Amino acid sequence: MAKRSSPEVNAGSMADIAFLLLIFFLVTTTIETDSGISRKLPPIEESEEDVIIKQKNIFTVILNGKNQLLVEDEVMELEELREAAIKFLDNGGGSGEDKCNYCKGAANPKSSDNPDKAIISLKNERETTYATYISVQNELVAAYTFLRNRRGEELFGTSYTEMQKNYKDVNWPGSKAKLKENITQIKLEYPQKLSEVQ
Amino acid sequence: MSKFNNKKKGELPAVNTASLPDIVFMLLFFFMVATVMRDNELKIKNELPAANQVEKLDKKDLVMYIYLGKPNDGFKDQFGEEARIQLNDKFAEVGDVPAFIYSERESKREELRPFLTTALKVDKDASMGIVGDVKQELRKVNALKINYTTRIGDVSLNSN
Repeated sequence: MAKRSSPEVNAGSMADIAFLLLIFFLVTTTIETDSGISRKLPPIEESEEDVIIKQKNIFTVILNGKNQLLVEDEVMELEELREAAIKFLDNGGGSGEDKCNYCKGAANPKSSDNPDKAIISLKNERETTYATYISVQNELVAAYTFLRNRRGEELFGTSYTEMQKNYKDVNWPGSKAKLKENITQIKLEYPQKLSEVQ
Repeated sequence: MSKFNNKKKGELPAVNTASLPDIVFMLLFFFMVATVMRDNELKIKNELPAANQVEKLDKKDLVMYIYLGKPNDGFKDQFGEEARIQLNDKFAEVGDVPAFIYSERESKREELRPFLTTALKVDKDASMGIVGDVKQELRKVNALKINYTTRIGDVSLNSN
């Protein structure tokens, strides 16, 4: 009698079953987006007194209903906005108490005194589309990030973005307390002062 | 010698597909792990704009989602063409936002409440009017930490 072998299970359809499951998960998957531009809204305050801010320290950005951009009373394309914002923030035109000793700008006395005083005011209309608004916000945040990165490189040899990444990284070997201090210092030197007009 | 050349000459041997299930399973496991089952079904168009200066939201359970966008085809008759707000599973009015925020706060432990963030998932074609209204409501209930959820990409993707 021939040697009897146990019959082998046919695994040919295994791939089909797996494919079926795979397709199910492919269809149901939505890779959730969980990143975005973080902002802090101003609290509603009933304060009567108006803070007086010099006109030269305000950088007005207006978005109209047709998604056109008006920056400091001049029509501008979105691509130029970042450059203009950097120029304004980094101007350092102040003297005496307002002097900015780390700014690298043109020190034009008609533009902002120092980054701490410089305020970007963003105004949009109801008809502005959200995509344009986000683009503008993105460019303005990018201007701040550029300046902070540059300052970080100067002071500590690492960019601001890198420092923040390290701060969140649990495996980073350095001292977190020191890093936090450095981050706070850069944030103080280039504070994000972005006000939105309602 | 016919015993040795019963194979037809010139024919390619079949590709061995025995490892195919393994490959498919690998893919399957990847998608199973990466899948987040959507907790609220979207009734609106929600195509997010792109930005590259983004921060990651790390604590997912401390995020309240507010969706804005034009109603999907099935809801157009009832809710019109204009951008609308969706909270959880339902269409809502601007006035419903505070109640939503309060109920979300209520469902979290007290010590975590200050860390709650509102994620605004707004369709890129929505107008700023409704977004401004929602922001104003959020200010009223002191939910000041917001995040404009975006895709990661260059802003030039936004203009079409």
